[in-house]
Amino acid sequence: MSVDATTVRRIAHLARIAVSEAEVPHLQGELNAMLAFVEQLSEVNVEGVEPMTSVTPMEMKKRADVVNDGEIADDIVRNAPATENHFFLVPKVVE
Amino acid sequence: MTDLTSLTIAEARAGLANKSFTARELTDAHLAAIEAARVLNAYVLETPDRAREMAKAADEQIGKGEGGPLAGIPLGIKDLFATRDIRTTACSKILGNFVPPYESTVTSQLWRDGAILLGKLNNDEFAMGSSNETSCFGPVVNPWRREGSNTHLVPGGSSGGSASAVAALLCMGATATDTGGSIRQPAAFTATVGVKPTYGRCSRWGIVAFASSLDQAGPIARTVRDSAILMRSMAGHDPKDTTSVDIGVPDYEAAIGKSVKGMKIGFPKEYRLDGMPAEIEKLWSEGAAWLKAAGAELVDVSLPHTKYALPAYYIVAPAEASSNLARYDGVRYGLRVPGRSIGEMYESTRAGGFGDEVRRRVMIGTYVLSAGYYDAYYLRAQKVRTLIKKDFEDCFAKGVNAILTPATPSAAFGVGEKGGADPVEMYLNDIFTVTVNMAGLPGIAVPAGKDAQGLPLGLQLIGRPFDEETLFSLGKVIEQAAGRFTPPRWW
Repeated sequence: MSVDATTVRRIAHLARIAVSEAEVPHLQGELNAMLAFVEQLSEVNVEGVEPMTSVTPMEMKKRADVVNDGEIADDIVRNAPATENHFFLVPKVVE
Repeated sequence: MTDLTSLTIAEARAGLANKSFTARELTDAHLAAIEAARVLNAYVLETPDRAREMAKAADEQIGKGEGGPLAGIPLGIKDLFATRDIRTTACSKILGNFVPPYESTVTSQLWRDGAILLGKLNNDEFAMGSSNETSCFGPVVNPWRREGSNTHLVPGGSSGGSASAVAALLCMGATATDTGGSIRQPAAFTATVGVKPTYGRCSRWGIVAFASSLDQAGPIARTVRDSAILMRSMAGHDPKDTTSVDIGVPDYEAAIGKSVKGMKIGFPKEYRLDGMPAEIEKLWSEGAAWLKAAGAELVDVSLPHTKYALPAYYIVAPAEASSNLARYDGVRYGLRVPGRSIGEMYESTRAGGFGDEVRRRVMIGTYVLSAGYYDAYYLRAQKVRTLIKKDFEDCFAKGVNAILTPATPSAAFGVGEKGGADPVEMYLNDIFTVTVNMAGLPGIAVPAGKDAQGLPLGLQLIGRPFDEETLFSLGKVIEQAAGRFTPPRWW
């Protein structure tokens, strides 16, 4: 399989990465090189094979349902590009 | 005092204990070495003040006879590990000046045991790369050069800063991470020892995530013993990482020097590639002969799905990366590029903050997870991963204790030499290491010889799950036979 220019633009949008028109042909070439490389997987017989979900056979651990953290709002907003009090600021979302 | 930097961790530990020198002297010697080696670009942040503070505390503890197992040992930390109040960037522009208000579990255990932080080490952006050329701080230079040449070579990646710093005596050991070979490949390129532990052995908490089902932290050091010393402090159960395994941490150092007599070592024919340099082929047979001479038994084994590990990896790893890296949106931390709408802000921030390799992988990951392609790519790759793991299980079920392979298909190459036209050319570096991550197994790369140009080459040993000890015992046999390799100082 290979991707066309329209698909490259669609993937970029899904990934939320701005891509200029000038970059599309180059990206298309790179993505198609990767897709050509992984194409060989189609020759493997995977009938009846379970997809791997956990590389180590172990049960998912569960922790006690208790509050053991909090009151660290200063720490949480400390690295944000724009804040007010303890809120993250973003461009207007709702008119 | 300058030769303090050439000690091993084990030697420094003894010297500190018998008061031949202080942690402060050992630290100052390393800080001076770092300053004189900036051309290598191994450190992206030097933390001399913090180092001296920690050295002072270590000296006090040693004085009282209360020093931990790593008391006074100066280390470098890959910039993928969150360090409290010290800038952590994953060498990506998108993290900008991120200063974590918390400490990764692995590094917290190193400080608990008395180690000293010298600074943060360069790596490929988000650990995506095999040459350390994708870092936003620029490439790292390998202290090794071809005989009679001044060409700058790459140290491998993604833990290129760690490998280069350890080889050039800019720290006694370093933390690193390995998702597809990022500890073992740079170790092989710099004649250092690199250990990728079993998945779940070291906590991933506080390490910038790349591909969560493959990522694992481990040490890079100058000797097998030093790597075992570091492993003991880095490993252990952590309730904050649900994939961290709750089993005791053995005294890895005790495995050094243990007899390997009667051990069965697998020799997999699928790792013999067309066009592989004859020197690597020769080194591999030499390694087998050394293990045999130590009493191990060499057996031919087959791992039939080996050739599919790298293509399956290039679906699984980018898919997980595209999901993990969704968090970089310019809202909570890191870079923000303004936009008229929130959507435009996200897109511009991510376009401006991610480098080319990261963008490429996030995009391919997004594609293989998208509606209509999930089954054909992602699901199939996860099935192939099951088959790769089964190859190893079948092999271990026949009584094989460990598997011997070359670590890399070539020695270090020049900066800018690979991957310019086709990204896949660079990916092929990890062909011998990536199977281990796909199967969640432990692996060690040990320096074993040099090529005709005088560049180091390494061998890899792959072990059973949670049997790192056998790798340390076997690794020591190779180290003893091959000797140690130190780059001549030119910087």
